[in-house]
Amino acid sequence: MDGAFVIETIIKILIVLGLFSALAGFGTYVERKVLAFMQRRLGPMHVGPYGLLQVLADGIKLFTKEDFIPKGANRVIFMIAPVITAATAFIAMAAIPMFPEFTLGGYTVKPIISDINVGLLFVLGVMATGLYGPLLAGMASQNKWSILGAARTAIQFLSYEVVTGLSVLAPVMIVGSLSLIDFNNYQAGGVSDWLLWKQPVAFVLFLIAGFAETNRTPFDLLEHEAEVISGYATEYSGMRWGMFFIGEYANMFTLGFLASLIFLGGFNDLWFIPGAIAILLKVFFIFFFLLWTRASWPHVRPDQLMWLCWKVLMPIAVINVVVTGIVMMF
Amino acid sequence: MVEAVAFYLFAALTIAMFAITVMSKNVLYSMSSLAAGMIFISAFFFLLDADFLGVVQIIVYSGAVMALYAFGMMFFDATKDVKEKNPSKKIVFFLSGMIALLLVIILLSPIISEKVKALYPMSEEVGNAEAVGVVLFTKYLVPFEVAAIMLLVAMIAGIILASKRMDESITLKIDQEIEKEQKGEL
Repeated sequence: MDGAFVIETIIKILIVLGLFSALAGFGTYVERKVLAFMQRRLGPMHVGPYGLLQVLADGIKLFTKEDFIPKGANRVIFMIAPVITAATAFIAMAAIPMFPEFTLGGYTVKPIISDINVGLLFVLGVMATGLYGPLLAGMASQNKWSILGAARTAIQFLSYEVVTGLSVLAPVMIVGSLSLIDFNNYQAGGVSDWLLWKQPVAFVLFLIAGFAETNRTPFDLLEHEAEVISGYATEYSGMRWGMFFIGEYANMFTLGFLASLIFLGGFNDLWFIPGAIAILLKVFFIFFFLLWTRASWPHVRPDQLMWLCWKVLMPIAVINVVVTGIVMMF
Repeated sequence: MVEAVAFYLFAALTIAMFAITVMSKNVLYSMSSLAAGMIFISAFFFLLDADFLGVVQIIVYSGAVMALYAFGMMFFDATKDVKEKNPSKKIVFFLSGMIALLLVIILLSPIISEKVKALYPMSEEVGNAEAVGVVLFTKYLVPFEVAAIMLLVAMIAGIILASKRMDESITLKIDQEIEKEQKGEL
C-alpha cells in the first residue's frame, strides 16, 4: 500500500468520474441527434454549431433550477435517492478494465480502479443495488404516481437481473473465471475467438436484459414517457433529477463495456486497430444500438414485459446453461 | 494501517446503520439504513480478501432480500411514523443489555487469548470462487444439499400459493368484467 498506488487510484477515480459524467451529458446530445436523423428531423440546432452547445445549456438549466422538495415527502431519503443511482452506476465501473495496460514514463498503468478476482459479479451486484435509487425516490415522494413507478421499477429490475445473471453464467462456465481480465485474455486470438460465436443465445439474452436494466425503450417502463408524469421521478427537478439521468447514461456505458468485454473480444487488437480504440468502437456501437432500437420499436406493456422475462427469456437462459454444461462435459 | 482505519470506519458505520434500523420509528429510515448496513458489512469481507463472499453479501442481502422487503413496504404509507407499543420497562432493558454484553465478552475472550487461525485461508494460487466451491462440495456437501432441498420446497410452496388463476391477465380484461366478477355475477 505505497503512496504511488494511492495517488494512481485517486487519479483513476477522478478520470472515471469526470469522463463519464461528461459522456452522460454528451450522450443526451447524441441520442437526440441520432433519433432525429432516424425520424427525418433535425434535432437540436439552435445552440451553437449543429446544436453542440445544447449540452452546456441543459447543464446550466439543471444546475440553476429550483431544488424542489414536496411538503409531505420524507426529506432525507428524498434527497439521498438520486445520489444512490448515480453513485452505484459509477462504483460499478471500479471493477471494469477499460483499456489494455500501457506504460507512461516507465510506469505501467492498469486502466482498472480495483482488480478484484470476481469483477463480473461485483459489477452486476453493484448495478443491482442501483435499484434503491428509484425505489426510495418513489417511496419518499408521497405521491401515488411516484410509488406506482417505483413498484414497476422494482419488479422490472428484480426480474431482469435473473435473466442477466443466468445469461452470463454460460460464458463464465466456458472461461472458468469471474475476472473480466480473464474474459478478455480468453478471447485474445482474434475475431474467431470471440465468445459471441460460442454463446450467441447468451449474448442476445444479455442485451435484451440490458435494455431493461438501463431503462431503454422498448422496456422503459420506469419513467414511461408516454404517461405524462414520469414514474418515480415525478416530484424531482433540477440536478437531483439530472443525477438519475447521469446514472442511467453511465449504466448504458457500463453495459457497453460489459458486453464488449464478455462477448465481443474486449480490448484485444482487432486486425489493424489497436485494442484501446477497438473497445471504444465496440462500446459506441452498443450505445448506438440502444438508440437505434429506441428509434425503431414502441414500448411494451408491463404485463408483456413480465411475460417476456419469466415465460420466454428465463427458460431459454436456463436451457442455454444446461446445454453449455452438457457440451462441456462430453 | 489503512486496513485498520477502514475496519474501524466500517464497523462504526455498520453499527450506526443498524442502530437507526432498530431505533427509528419511520419505516423508510429503517429500511434504507438496513440496506446500507448490509452493504457496509460486505466491506469486512473485502478487507479479509474474501472478495467472492463480499460480492455475494451485496447481491443476496442488499440486492435481493432487502429489495423484496422494500417491495412489501410499498403497501404501507412509508412517510408516516409507526406507533410502537413501548411501555417503559427499564429493568428489563437493562438486564437484557447486560446479558448481551456478557455473552459478547464470553465469546470474545478465547479469541483474544489464542489468536484465531483461519481454517481455509485465502491463497494466491486458487481464486476465491474456486476455494468456496471446493469447500462447499467436499466438506459441506450434505448441508449444501439440505439447503437446496429446503429452497426447492419453499419454491414449490410459493408457486402453489400464487398459482391460482395464473393464466388470466388482468390487463387484458375489460373493466366491466372485473367489476362483475367482484360482484359475484360471473
